[in-house]
Amino acid sequence: MAVTTRTEDLGYTPNTDGVWSWITTVDHKRIGIMYAVSALVFSLVGGLEALLIRTQLAGPNGTVLSADAYNQLFTMHGITMVFAVIMPIAAAFQNYMIPLQIGARDVAFPRLNAFAYWLFLFSVLMLTSSFFLGGSPDGAWTGYANLSTQVTEYVRMDYYAIGVQLLGIASIASSANFIATIFTMRAPGMTMMRMPVFTWMSLVTSFLLILSLPVIGVGLWQMFFDRNFGTLFYAAQASGDPLLWQHLFWVFGHPEVYVLVLPSMGIVSEILPTFSRKPLFGYSFVVFSGIAIGFLGFGVWAHHMFTAGLGPVAEAGFGITTMLIAVPTGVKIFNWIATLWGGKLTLNTPMLFSIGFIAMFVIGGLSGVTHAIVPADTQQHDTYYVVAHFHYVLVGGAAFGFIAGVYYWLPKWTGKMLNEKLGKWHFWLMFLGFNLTFGPMHILGLNGMPRRTYRYPEGLGFEFWNGMATIGSFIIALSMLVFIWNVIRTPRKGLPAGDDPWDARTIEWMTASPPAVHNFDRVPVVRHLDELWHRKYGVDEEGRAVPLPDGYVEEPAFIEEPGGIHMPSPSFYPMIAAFGLVTLGAGLVFWSSGILGVGMMVIGAGILMWGVFGWAGEPITREAH
Amino acid sequence: MAVATDDVFEEYEESTEDRLDRTRKTAMWIWLGSEVFFFGAMISTFLLYRNSTNGGPGAEIFNIPFTSASSFILLMSSLTMVLADSAFSRRDQRQGRIWLIGTAGLGLTFLAGQIFEFTEFVDQGLTLSTSPFGSAFYLLTGFHGAHVAIGVLMLAMLIAFSLQGRLSPDHGMNVELVALYWHFVDIVWIVIFTVVYLIQI
Amino acid sequence: MQRPVANGGGRRRSLTRTLAVVPGALLLAACSSTLPQSSLNPKSAEARQIDDLWILVLVIATIVFVIVEAALVFAIFRFRKRKDDDREPKQIHGNTALEIVWSIIPAVILAAVAVPTLQTLFDLRSPAEGDVVNVNVTGHQWWWEFEYPDILDDQGRPLTTANELHLPVGKTAELKMTSADVIHSFWVPPLGGKRDLVPGRETFIKITPDADRAGEQIPGQCAEFCWLSHADMRMLVFLQTESDFAAWAASQTQPADIPTDGLAASGYETFTAVCAACHQAVVAGPGGTVSVVGEALAPDLTHFGSRSTLGARVASNTAEHLAQWIDNPSDFKAMAPDLNDFGTGRILGMPDYGLGDDEIAGLVALLEGWK
Repeated sequence: MAVTTRTEDLGYTPNTDGVWSWITTVDHKRIGIMYAVSALVFSLVGGLEALLIRTQLAGPNGTVLSADAYNQLFTMHGITMVFAVIMPIAAAFQNYMIPLQIGARDVAFPRLNAFAYWLFLFSVLMLTSSFFLGGSPDGAWTGYANLSTQVTEYVRMDYYAIGVQLLGIASIASSANFIATIFTMRAPGMTMMRMPVFTWMSLVTSFLLILSLPVIGVGLWQMFFDRNFGTLFYAAQASGDPLLWQHLFWVFGHPEVYVLVLPSMGIVSEILPTFSRKPLFGYSFVVFSGIAIGFLGFGVWAHHMFTAGLGPVAEAGFGITTMLIAVPTGVKIFNWIATLWGGKLTLNTPMLFSIGFIAMFVIGGLSGVTHAIVPADTQQHDTYYVVAHFHYVLVGGAAFGFIAGVYYWLPKWTGKMLNEKLGKWHFWLMFLGFNLTFGPMHILGLNGMPRRTYRYPEGLGFEFWNGMATIGSFIIALSMLVFIWNVIRTPRKGLPAGDDPWDARTIEWMTASPPAVHNFDRVPVVRHLDELWHRKYGVDEEGRAVPLPDGYVEEPAFIEEPGGIHMPSPSFYPMIAAFGLVTLGAGLVFWSSGILGVGMMVIGAGILMWGVFGWAGEPITREAH
Repeated sequence: MAVATDDVFEEYEESTEDRLDRTRKTAMWIWLGSEVFFFGAMISTFLLYRNSTNGGPGAEIFNIPFTSASSFILLMSSLTMVLADSAFSRRDQRQGRIWLIGTAGLGLTFLAGQIFEFTEFVDQGLTLSTSPFGSAFYLLTGFHGAHVAIGVLMLAMLIAFSLQGRLSPDHGMNVELVALYWHFVDIVWIVIFTVVYLIQI
Repeated sequence: MQRPVANGGGRRRSLTRTLAVVPGALLLAACSSTLPQSSLNPKSAEARQIDDLWILVLVIATIVFVIVEAALVFAIFRFRKRKDDDREPKQIHGNTALEIVWSIIPAVILAAVAVPTLQTLFDLRSPAEGDVVNVNVTGHQWWWEFEYPDILDDQGRPLTTANELHLPVGKTAELKMTSADVIHSFWVPPLGGKRDLVPGRETFIKITPDADRAGEQIPGQCAEFCWLSHADMRMLVFLQTESDFAAWAASQTQPADIPTDGLAASGYETFTAVCAACHQAVVAGPGGTVSVVGEALAPDLTHFGSRSTLGARVASNTAEHLAQWIDNPSDFKAMAPDLNDFGTGRILGMPDYGLGDDEIAGLVALLEGWK
């Protein structure tokens, strides 16, 4: 398919050079790339934290880290991996791929999109800077009250309360943006039930974030006010209830788990059909099971509280809803296997990671069901068994899926293919390292090792499997180095990808790699699920795919926009506004230190106002020059 | 699977302005959905702590007639907002501005009432740190007040843009969106007023 | 499911248990253990109920796991692209009947598991009946306070001890738990599931130790992150015959003697001058007058010498360890005594008082003598 460049129709020449062009960019693809690079960098931070933790636990009575350092590291490992690695890598794919998958020229609000990115970046930088400025949050990523409100002499949980609050605002902004994009900017003919599954799962994810983040937002404000302004939300001595935090946290926290894994499920649902050369089995069931998981996800939060004393009736109820959620999850897994069944499988790197995802997610899912068995959960809760479970879901599941996505879509982003040989090394090392690290943790937990303990004594039988887990963690680190090397060398040394290197199914593969600023020279008219496939293949009497004759197209195949293409102009106000907001937040963190905190708040508010007024007063598309 | 091409293009051929308008409204509704959960969690917290007075004053210190009056003022601001919106859709900028100023004025009056009410309560011994009841009350009504204040700020921006003659549909900020937000904040207040002040169990 | 239990090392397994461990060696590891703090090494009626349920779920989960993974692996090998086959696959979009089947089968399995789950749940959460040993447990950063409200000394004070819980076998103990500071979680895996200690709330847990476990010491530890020394908030449960338990209780309700001469006497002076700011002891003077000295902000030391560990099981209770502990407590265990706030009762650890060697020797003599 020939791609004609139509930049002459754009009305302006996009400036794509230099740092300034990145700072002011409102292009969803560039913002996606920035999210991806940030996530990769922060994964090194989170990974380093993990290696320190594993080194400390390699043997009994570890002395590498102090209790204080360990508590900061495991807390920041959780926060970093959830909020600065998995969520932004999902945001990277959503930013880059959703408009391409639905045939849009950009997201609905390009400047809001840029704002969300900068807010995310500055917030994570603020959180990470805590290592050097007074110490990091050390109350676990769950920030349980009343521990988190107990020792207010330290600023540590203020970083958490404000940092996560700001990250939440960023996520709400980008989620509202994606929903509006998907609802109103689809190509002609792209009905909801013709949307690629990744876009569908991103839609569900966005709704989950929109509805769950404000709840933890309330909890974070309560925590912050308890710490700084003497409120008594979690003060047991004044009839406040520490369990309130747990409810607010997990009403967010459980949907958050699905936020982390649903986009990954979407990616796998794209890759499996492509490399099986078959449509996704039961597309509508995969979509609706995703929606069902989203709904049920709001009804299971208290299964994180089975030891807190909610009473047997509540525990029974939440146990049953937790079991229920296994049904739509199972439906997804069965449909994926059925997609492979009878196909013609190409076992390249994206496919290996996708299959690895299914294999690992089955383990994580089954161990998840064991948490629904309330009495059994009272033994598993807060032990290494739980640590094993959620790493099987979030690494073996989410991370494997996202890595599959990188191998699958990076050719679209860069126009170059990743190296297959390095990719296979990456997969097998990671698969081995992952199972060696987290498999034994099931046994450690069942044998009585609680999580969040900086050391363990001799004589409880924890030594051997901890040693294995530590070895495994370094194998994972090695595999990530292979991965990063592979990604870094691709733009220079990768083989050219072309528009459609995988003979794929969805319309993002109809445009150039990398796509032009305006994505599609001509927006395709969509008549089918897997529109691109149907433009290439028909079926014979047996139902097998056969290539369509050259030049066969249903007319009209593309739409001509009457008014020409309008692309938003670059703007640096979103970054200014985000910087002001984070400065304001940092001022709140240092509230207790008086003039410093107030000064930062005033300056931050000023910068925020400058950004917001500039933004509001600026037309979206500048006049053509 | 042939598709009736008319269906395919209907949505797509609307004007850029209409589409932008629809997109913005969608986003605003999504945002308000998020706000529902925010206030939902705040109100739930208040309900949990409505009797946790920790020996301090409880709901008996509410001055229902006063708060009813300020609630009425806020409700009236929704009316003026509707009038402003319809004036702008008639492209009557001058009258629209007057109604916007009226709306902002009513909003500010409500906020003044809230500040007065807060000082009264503090005088009677209910502060942020008296009891979980006090904490929950001030945080809930305070965050609502902050939403009203942000609304007033947005109204002020609209008035300024209108004076500069820059209030066109191409702007991210427009009267319809602010109106949506403003009505929402009013409705939330009605819920708060009912649950916090009127229903006393 | 009642399982016969034999004395000594090897335990016989019923036929169902034998069948349960067939599926594989991995399963075996997740099924049974002889490790001291293992949940797979149940030593109480409640722990065994949970373990039976766990085994059931593990077996079902393993079967599901094997079937699903086998299907996956089979599909990968059977349907991978072959060089000699250039035909495209059939384009199958789905099958509603299949979808219904694989929605219903998991639902049925889960419903079947839900029945014993709920039975066990309500059983475990029902209040203890009959002749119950009541214990009040209070969690502190980072130690455990155990109080037996029904076992009183001559002055009517309940038996109070720290970090070492004594329970008679064959009887149900009901622990009523709360916390003095942040949330903790009581967890002695061989004796049952964990239960949180929440400030401002009361939670309960039942433990009925197996009759043949008398004489065993079972380790447990806090399972809810409670800051600095969460890892070192450990405990030890002593299972005793009823007569041993009664003898222990009788000795623990005696006051400690105030020593009149030697090292221990000087140690007592240091105790009242320094330690009593946080620690309490019930003491009897030379005339036999019984009094309470000190504050109950830290472990009760009346019978410190009778305990086998110190610092919430971070070290064995020897004179040498005790001397080191007093010399610099934070060497044993991370604490934050500089954040102690007596006004609000927030105690976050034992400070280093900079005591001289003589004073330490006196205290060691005193405390190790308080059996």
